[in-house]
Amino acid sequence: MAAARDERPFPPGDYPVVVVGSGPGGLQASYCLARLGVEHAVVSADERPGGMFRLYPIFERLLSWSKPDAPAERGTRAYEWFDHNSLLAEEPEHQALVPAFMDRSFMVPSRAEMEAGLAAFAERVPIRVRHGCRWEGTRREDDGGLVLATSDGEYRCRAAVFAVGTTTPWRSAIPGIEDVPHYVETGRPQDYESRRVFVVGKRNSGFEIADGLLPWARQIVLGSPRPVQTSVIALATVRVRYLQPYEDFGLGGGTFALDLAVERIERTGGGWRVVGQGTTRPGAVDLEVDDVIAATGFTTPLLDLPGLGVRTVSQGRIPALTPFWESQAGSGIYFAGNATQGAPGLRKHGVGASSPAVHGFRYNARVMARHLAETHLAVAAPRERVDPDGLVPYLLEEVSSAPELWAQKSYLARAVAADGTSEIVPLAAFVDESGPDAVAVAVEMNAEGDVYPAVYVRRGGEVAERLLPSHQLNDFRGPEYERELRAAL
Amino acid sequence: MSVNARDELVRSLAGLALFADLGDPALEAIADPDWERSFGESERVLRRGLSGGGLFVILDGEAAVEIPDGSEPRRLRRGDFFGEVSTLLVCKPTADVVARTPLHCLEIPGPQLEAFLLQYPHVTYRMLQTVTRRLRDLLE
Repeated sequence: MAAARDERPFPPGDYPVVVVGSGPGGLQASYCLARLGVEHAVVSADERPGGMFRLYPIFERLLSWSKPDAPAERGTRAYEWFDHNSLLAEEPEHQALVPAFMDRSFMVPSRAEMEAGLAAFAERVPIRVRHGCRWEGTRREDDGGLVLATSDGEYRCRAAVFAVGTTTPWRSAIPGIEDVPHYVETGRPQDYESRRVFVVGKRNSGFEIADGLLPWARQIVLGSPRPVQTSVIALATVRVRYLQPYEDFGLGGGTFALDLAVERIERTGGGWRVVGQGTTRPGAVDLEVDDVIAATGFTTPLLDLPGLGVRTVSQGRIPALTPFWESQAGSGIYFAGNATQGAPGLRKHGVGASSPAVHGFRYNARVMARHLAETHLAVAAPRERVDPDGLVPYLLEEVSSAPELWAQKSYLARAVAADGTSEIVPLAAFVDESGPDAVAVAVEMNAEGDVYPAVYVRRGGEVAERLLPSHQLNDFRGPEYERELRAAL
Repeated sequence: MSVNARDELVRSLAGLALFADLGDPALEAIADPDWERSFGESERVLRRGLSGGGLFVILDGEAAVEIPDGSEPRRLRRGDFFGEVSTLLVCKPTADVVARTPLHCLEIPGPQLEAFLLQYPHVTYRMLQTVTRRLRDLLE
């Protein structure tokens, strides 16, 4: 055992960059840094990649699709849009690995299929990880560098990438909630046979529990202050979890989704009492139930990072980040994976990015790695060049098929500078930061679900926005769009 | 830590004149984590000429309204709101709003503003009072 441990890579010491975590966010960040030639260490408390998918096995099937057959050929860049779960790679043999493990019973992979795809990626690339090495604290040196204390010793680095997930159970401030099981402690569905169950929370995890208990429980009541945003959910991947219990609620099948500010939870002789006040519909609510489950979500384990100036949003659960996923406190503290949702982007029309999911944060990682390498290590990342004569068809092809733009609507953009250099950038950075004359295109969606291209032209430091019309088949390559885009340019 | 953070947001909202008429259940409903925003110093919050923004209420920190005519930027502080014109009229903002300090805001997305204002008429009434005062100050 001791000999095996000695063979682990990345012993404590000095590295330009340290990546913490071996889930999809950490693996993708490491891959992207390596492609840029950035030397870095990867440490992880887990014993093998994808710990999240073993920690909470209630996630038996993912929400996001991977379509083994799709309008685009597997292994092409366009196919990435149809495969939301595989990590990105330049080499064809490392692309689209998750669909290769799917038995095609569903178009969303099972937990085991997802984990197999991640493990294959880490093994084949390969991504070297020092497993069994737990990050325990962080401090800043006088020279601006960071020191990460771990269970194996100290790592010094210029920049650190924290890909630690949003996996620590979080409870809202309700008296008595500390006594009830959290979502992660939920029993087997059959344990709730013929029982009345109150679920605190009406977001993903709350409805996931309700969905799982529908065939077993006598009654399910979900309660939280905010109403369910059905119009938003209808367009989101989480509808898989929401719609069945919500339909049961609508049809009077015994499930209730209450807009309720829960005031307290008390233990009774045989169960629990839940007391609260209605929000959308005012009035007192007093319920006797057999079980209460706190489906109140998760938080990013930041440990002592707030002491280094890392601020948070989302009621203290998520780090507040710049458009390049660096802590607003700056100075080399980056995030990858699910926590990149802490950089909200423009959120035009209230539409959020896909950063909490693999198909969003895998692209964030690629952009983040370039930014980190150029900003902190003076590494010149290569860029594509576009022939000026081909600019218009190039941009229209991008908004029609670029997976980065489709996955991260109003969030990532294809930017081409006047000298022809081309790259994927955070849209917020393009419109807010000064720079040379350039054009950026993004795919956007309004509250009605219409999808359309948006063009941002930066000239003399001023940015002008022009929205192009939507298209029935989302094909923006025709002459009408060429005219519109040329007019914008 | 997380329990306090949620409670702090509700208490922060309760201390604003805009939400002074609301009870705890309504404040808890408004304290939506998806609506919470944090901006670094010098970061743009509302962008002149860009569509799709929302209504912002400052919970903590300072911002400035910057109009390209060169006039002195108007300072915004805790309790102030902005973005209502472009959101209600569905048009592009004519000024930038930039964080002058680390800024903590609540953003009500544009497509949800109508339902929000109808759901909380006391908030609507107080917003109307503020907007009317701004109009009076402009006319005087």
